[in-house]
Amino acid sequence: MIESLDTLLDRLGNQLADKIRDGSLNEPVMVGIHTGGVWVAERLHASLGLKEPLGKLNIAFYRDDFTTIGLHPQVSPSLLPFEIEGRDIILVDDVLFTGRTIRAALNELFDYGRPRKVLLAVLFERDGRELPIQADVYGQRLELTADQQVKLTGPEPLLARIVTRKED
Amino acid sequence: MAVHFVRPKLPKLAPDPWAIQFDQDGNLKHLLTIEGLGPQWVKRILDTAEGFMSVTDREIKKVPLLRGRTVVNLFFESSTRTRTTFELAAKRLSADVLNINLSTSATNKGESLLDTLKNIEAMQADMFVVRHDQSGAAHYIARHVAPHVSVLNAGDGRHAHPTQALLDAFTIRRIKGDFAPLRVAIVGDILHSRVARSQIHVLNTLNTGEVRVIAPRTLLPNDVEKLGVRVFHNMREGLKDVDVIIMLRLQRERMEGGLLPSEQEFFRLYGLTEKKLEWAKPDAIVMHPGPINRGVEIDSRVADGPQSVILQQVSNGISVRMAVMALCMGARSEN
Repeated sequence: MIESLDTLLDRLGNQLADKIRDGSLNEPVMVGIHTGGVWVAERLHASLGLKEPLGKLNIAFYRDDFTTIGLHPQVSPSLLPFEIEGRDIILVDDVLFTGRTIRAALNELFDYGRPRKVLLAVLFERDGRELPIQADVYGQRLELTADQQVKLTGPEPLLARIVTRKED
Repeated sequence: MAVHFVRPKLPKLAPDPWAIQFDQDGNLKHLLTIEGLGPQWVKRILDTAEGFMSVTDREIKKVPLLRGRTVVNLFFESSTRTRTTFELAAKRLSADVLNINLSTSATNKGESLLDTLKNIEAMQADMFVVRHDQSGAAHYIARHVAPHVSVLNAGDGRHAHPTQALLDAFTIRRIKGDFAPLRVAIVGDILHSRVARSQIHVLNTLNTGEVRVIAPRTLLPNDVEKLGVRVFHNMREGLKDVDVIIMLRLQRERMEGGLLPSEQEFFRLYGLTEKKLEWAKPDAIVMHPGPINRGVEIDSRVADGPQSVILQQVSNGISVRMAVMALCMGARSEN
């Protein structure tokens, strides 16, 4: 059901390269969302040959479920090794599901400055959105049941599989 | 100061008197003392603080973690540094902060501590940060607050000042890394210092190679060795091969009678000067919880010198207090 990750990464990379070529992305910088998004972003960053280092966003401090889930013990800090003011940003995550992670990522991003444009690239886009957020480019669209989720493991080898959550 | 405060009695049968710091699911709820935290929780707090350091470095020094929560600083004893860093920490987590200076407030009008507490609780506070001149005050308050309220001890009498000890450990770890090979000397007024007690606990929890105290006999508590320290009365011997020197303030306001001949005499014997600093390792760092008494326990040239990390301690204190607040007010269960 899931296509090969190489195929998906190529597809994503090509779509982004097109956008750079036609000028809709102007000298973009890339930001991956911790952790799966960073793994995907590392590969895209290399294939697109972006000059500036990859940025990493850890949205732990911006989650809206802090009161029910709490803080993960090891929050590796966000690292944006460039000015984002006025820049074009490719925001990368592994799976777009409810949209809440992206909401949190955008909030954090704007605490660093005001980008000119933010484009969302995800490996998988699945149903179940709870916020008005869509991907600009994606590798594959999946229709899953409520108890299914896509799990990414990595960084080497990068693998994706669909798991069914067990009933408690 | 007319504070109506009854010294709490710890239940004799409780297997672990510090268990009150955790909720039923084993999550940190109150931070009252370093005791009972164990290496796992101490490391977890330090790791979380490391994450918050990045927030402090950027342009907008604020994350929305505690948005809508109310933190009340309850200070029964005055303090500038501790209160302001707690306040900044809470604000950087987007909490609302109320500062109540009780040494000049309702308690002077005869209101009991519990009545004061209940009134502030009725204002829907989520966390009390408590500083009190009597040991055990924070425990007492933690025992009597509503179930959803967290209590942080910001210093109680001679007993404990856990966030200060944690920020000291955090500062040492950032500069020196592993604690196992380190020799740390705590110098000066150990007797009156809640900071020293908490520092000794945190350093031993993290398995520090050797923890030393250097002080005249009159400024050491009885049985200080039982805390797990090596005792020295002489700076030259005590500072030999030391990696970290923690100077303490001489707490004249807590001294009764003739514990010391004079400040000049204390400075001559125990004050940290450039000359005495040479007895420690060449890369030793100098720390002080503040406020510093220049020329009493530390010479200005050392306090402002290249080996001093005193101001780093203050900055690190904000991240460490953010970590403790976030962990105490976070989830009650982790999935």
